[in-house]
Amino acid sequence: MLGALVCTVVALLLAMIVFVFVHAWPSFAHNGLAWFGPGGDSVDNQLQTIFNSGQSGHYVYTFHAWSLIWSTILITGASVAIALFSSLFVAVFIVEFAPEWMRNILQPVVRLLASVPSVVYGLLGVLVVVPFIGNHLISESQKASVAGVISLTGYGLLAAVLILTVMIAPIMISIFSDGLRAVPPRWIEGSLAMGVNRWRTFWKIAVRTARPAIVAGTVLATARALGEAVMLAMVSGSVSWSPNPADGLIFVYEPSKPLAPTIIKSIDDLASKPANETLFAIAAVLLFSAAMLSFGGWVAKRSMRRYAGVA
Amino acid sequence: METSVATPPVSSPPPQPGPPGPPRPADGRRSAAWRLSDKAGLVVCWGMGLLFCAIAVAIVMYFLIKGLGYVRPWMFVTPASTGFTQSQTGGFSDALIGTGIVAVIGIAIALPLGVAIAVWLSEFGRPAGLARLVESTIEAIAGTPSIVLALFGTIIFASPALGFLSRSTSGIVFGRSFFAAGAMLSLVALPLVVGSTREGLQAIPQHVREASYAVGKTKMATTRRILLPASRPQVATGAMLGLGRIIGDTAIIVVLLGATLNFDPVGGTPVLSYLKGTGTTLTNYVFQNAPTGELNNPEKAYAAAFVLLVIVLILNAAVDVIHRRARKVGTWTT
Repeated sequence: MLGALVCTVVALLLAMIVFVFVHAWPSFAHNGLAWFGPGGDSVDNQLQTIFNSGQSGHYVYTFHAWSLIWSTILITGASVAIALFSSLFVAVFIVEFAPEWMRNILQPVVRLLASVPSVVYGLLGVLVVVPFIGNHLISESQKASVAGVISLTGYGLLAAVLILTVMIAPIMISIFSDGLRAVPPRWIEGSLAMGVNRWRTFWKIAVRTARPAIVAGTVLATARALGEAVMLAMVSGSVSWSPNPADGLIFVYEPSKPLAPTIIKSIDDLASKPANETLFAIAAVLLFSAAMLSFGGWVAKRSMRRYAGVA
Repeated sequence: METSVATPPVSSPPPQPGPPGPPRPADGRRSAAWRLSDKAGLVVCWGMGLLFCAIAVAIVMYFLIKGLGYVRPWMFVTPASTGFTQSQTGGFSDALIGTGIVAVIGIAIALPLGVAIAVWLSEFGRPAGLARLVESTIEAIAGTPSIVLALFGTIIFASPALGFLSRSTSGIVFGRSFFAAGAMLSLVALPLVVGSTREGLQAIPQHVREASYAVGKTKMATTRRILLPASRPQVATGAMLGLGRIIGDTAIIVVLLGATLNFDPVGGTPVLSYLKGTGTTLTNYVFQNAPTGELNNPEKAYAAAFVLLVIVLILNAAVDVIHRRARKVGTWTT
């Protein structure tokens, strides 16, 4: 009986994958690989055209999502990179170097940061981080330099990356520190006995041994960042614009619109058949990326099998 | 790992690394003799640690101050209403109740299902191929963005077969209701319940099961009478974590519960009409009332976010209490 129940859950997941891709198919079929490419009207206008064509009966599917994908890559990549760096240090600190009292503060703090709902982070972004960036960091001359093309108000990459980093770092920290704790003490003792100091020992032995946990944590955190819709819809600016790093540092202030928030923002368009299918195509891309991510993590962990049994 | 060490426990303890955990020789503690780069690294550690503490304190304090400034007792009992100024837009009683309804539906599905899956994985798990498949399924569900789950929900709950769970007019199923949102949210909580319960079951040493079999209990009875009661703290932890995720999720609510701020019951049956109808939760209330939402009532958003944060803090504290109590009872000795 339990077996049947378990099979139902598997079937549910398969049904989800099939349904999402079936619904997404018309959008992919009409655009081919150009779906992922740049070009055409801005994505916001494309979505509007697609939505409007729902009433006419003559469906339009033309959709070039590059600006959404590029925004996702920028925001996810930057925040995962920052979070990876800082989480590694915090995890090492918690497990090995922090004094007892500090550890007792940090662990609940990490748990708390992990459990704050994303909409609360979003509200914090909209009411605190964004106004601060808009009023204090972006200079008037910078605003003037892009006036007429795009307006810099504080909603943009910087705010999105900062908040997303705080959101995903706790996931990394908790998984990293679990992995670091599982390193056999004997290995560390061995290194200490050779006269290597504790700092180097821990980084050379423990962190290296815990690499599978580091991969696992990074994969989970990246998946979370990819799928984060609500906070980014509030903070990222939600304008389908591609910030260009070649423009100089000003690009970090520019607004953009990642994939997942696009769905939230256009959710009222679901009634229009072509818009519905386009949104499902975005969902399919997210689903596929999440799957590829776990697959990549699995491959990376396989090559670290040497330390099997640890972490 | 430990099993390979063949030291008879009877003999006098050799100079083993006494208590668990790496020994910290007095010398190792002193960082004075380290190279500069190593010292700099330690400084970065401290800096990052303090930074995270500062961020957490800042978030909590900020919402505490702002929230306490705006939250009023009447907001808890007044539903939202339309109005031009922030003083006219009412409170969030509907949202609070909505959060409760969604949490109950979600956890009522996720808890039994999750425990069942965990039991199957840990105690039965045959054939091995299916077990592997189920494991990856749970992982995949955990990795699926909730917005994708929400879109999937719009398909299944808009199908005519499930029309009785939401509003339908002349054959067209609306697909948005508390049932739909709760069911999809249970999928968000499911991996946490499974993971935690499994951890608890696996921590029970084999000899406990064997003792139970030896007195003639079946596998099912052992699971029900021995294993599940023993892993109750972990099940509770999983439920709390899942509850936190359900309460904190916004994407599924926005998509599957509709962007209304009040209950919109369907039909005449007292309780069922509300569950079949659309409504709102605290997260959706915050989302809509934020300056980027449809309504712009930042004061109300602060107040609701404060309540939300308090609920999350209480759940966190509950997990802590469960953990501490479980530790006091003692762990299994192998």
